[in-house]
Amino acid sequence: MTVLHTRQLVIDIPARASGWPLNLDIRPGQVWGVLGPNGAGKTTLLHSLAGLREPRSGRVLLDDVALSGMPRRRIAQQLGLVFQDRQDSFPATVLETALIGRHPWLSLWQNELPQDLQMARQALVALDIAHLEDRSVSTLSGGERQRVSVATLMTQDPSVWLLDEPTNHLDLHHQERVLALLRRQADAGKSVFMCLHDLNLAARWCSHVLLLYPEGEACWGPADTMLVVPALERLYRQPLISTQVAGRKLFVPVAGGIE
Amino acid sequence: MRSEGMGRPLVLLALLCLAAVLASVSVGSSTVSVGSLVSVLTGNGSELERTLILELRLPRTLSALATGGLLAVAGALMQVLLRNPLADPYVLGLSGGAAAGALLAMLAGLASVLVSGAAFAGAMVATLLVFGLAHGRGSWTASRLLLTGVVMAAGWGALITLLLALTPTHKLPGMLYWLMGDIAYAGSPWPALAVLVLALLLVQPLGRSLNVLARGSLQAAALGVNVRPLEWAIYLLASLITATAVTTAGSIGFVGLIVPHMLRFVVGNDQRLLLPASALAGGTLLVLADALARTVIAPEQLPVGVITALIGVPVFLYLLNRRGA
Repeated sequence: MTVLHTRQLVIDIPARASGWPLNLDIRPGQVWGVLGPNGAGKTTLLHSLAGLREPRSGRVLLDDVALSGMPRRRIAQQLGLVFQDRQDSFPATVLETALIGRHPWLSLWQNELPQDLQMARQALVALDIAHLEDRSVSTLSGGERQRVSVATLMTQDPSVWLLDEPTNHLDLHHQERVLALLRRQADAGKSVFMCLHDLNLAARWCSHVLLLYPEGEACWGPADTMLVVPALERLYRQPLISTQVAGRKLFVPVAGGIE
Repeated sequence: MRSEGMGRPLVLLALLCLAAVLASVSVGSSTVSVGSLVSVLTGNGSELERTLILELRLPRTLSALATGGLLAVAGALMQVLLRNPLADPYVLGLSGGAAAGALLAMLAGLASVLVSGAAFAGAMVATLLVFGLAHGRGSWTASRLLLTGVVMAAGWGALITLLLALTPTHKLPGMLYWLMGDIAYAGSPWPALAVLVLALLLVQPLGRSLNVLARGSLQAAALGVNVRPLEWAIYLLASLITATAVTTAGSIGFVGLIVPHMLRFVVGNDQRLLLPASALAGGTLLVLADALARTVIAPEQLPVGVITALIGVPVFLYLLNRRGA
């Protein structure tokens, strides 16, 4: 069971003079939601946690080992990331795309084994894209492509799952399905850390929430203590009301401005 | 991606390649029958046919094979490096550097061995210049490498034009043939063949990493690839391969662009299959193109680069239209 820690981590946003040190402990079983307005640094934070971007200061640790000193391949065995943008310059099928998730687990001379193929196919089934197995990814819709990315991460099978807006382009049914999948993965011992834009999805699925304010300030904690109207209104500079529907907390934006 | 069924395309391409080599050694200013070809290859046959085949046509055919294979492999590597399926081995100005070196040597009236040496040196100078300039300070991206290379290529183009303008008329035809690419001046085929085999052995274990790199450098890093060292290794290897090809036969165009690009439609983009397949298909294409270059207006010969361009331009435009459709 891998725990991802940050110690006094200040992410590097070029336009920002000062930073807010983050001391996060992302543990197995937890589902974290990162909320914040555009440009608050959600993607930068995710890339910093994956070791793809140098932080301004502080450290990221995987089970008390500094990420900066670990070989990339070992990091990739423990931590995976679904990006917001994808590059599909070359033709590839859905199955091939999911199968590259096995890369960190295979040595130089090794080819994919039948069990790797089986893992990729299981991921396609879990993401409801098994029928697209032989389709070229360039012919897929945005939502289908998004599910292929999550399937690649599932095939990679790391302990820590980082996802940059995993519900982008997904229809309502598949939003539910993907988030339920992430919840099940967390219940099975993974830790999930994702950027979200939908407060109601965060309220429903996340156990912990990190709020990133545009000036660099941040606060984090259990979801029910963080998802309160005054904090969220200040976060988005948008008046909100909260209500209960079918036993669930819902946030609804209302007209007006906030000074 | 899967190992099953990987062998069949390679066997098919190898057979095609062998057929092309046999056809190439039998055609030319005088045609050799299948019977006498077999007797020469088994160590018999007349003195004249032995000389014709073993000392003239076979080395030239093998040079074409090696050069075509080298260019196609270098093209496939450059396309992954720049994440652009329309890149070719010369896109970063390597052929320009080689041409400037070769033309300078020709202008100075040096022997052909020294012309080859100067071409190789020019290619490596061009490579290291782009390497140094794109490295620079700050972030390094595929697009920065591409732009640096394209600008350098334009610079080399101007230098070549200057050299041609300064050259006495009687030396021009040799230079133009070199610029177009011509296998007639190739020496022994063995160094180029050796480089091709070595390069394939070197890149084979990197194949899966290259597949991941083709998805972008961030995605590759997230999947455990050491992106920067891999990219520089690929760049230097592709440059060495291209320099060997250009030194053997001048800057023959289109093979490095078309062959990997077309093969991707047929065998997919798994580099473990695409790279050896490119070597075979590129070799086959250039062997056939050279056979054509020797025969269409026999006994005169065309520079083989003219033939590859005549084949390459329409094929490329066709592919481009198909992509857009």
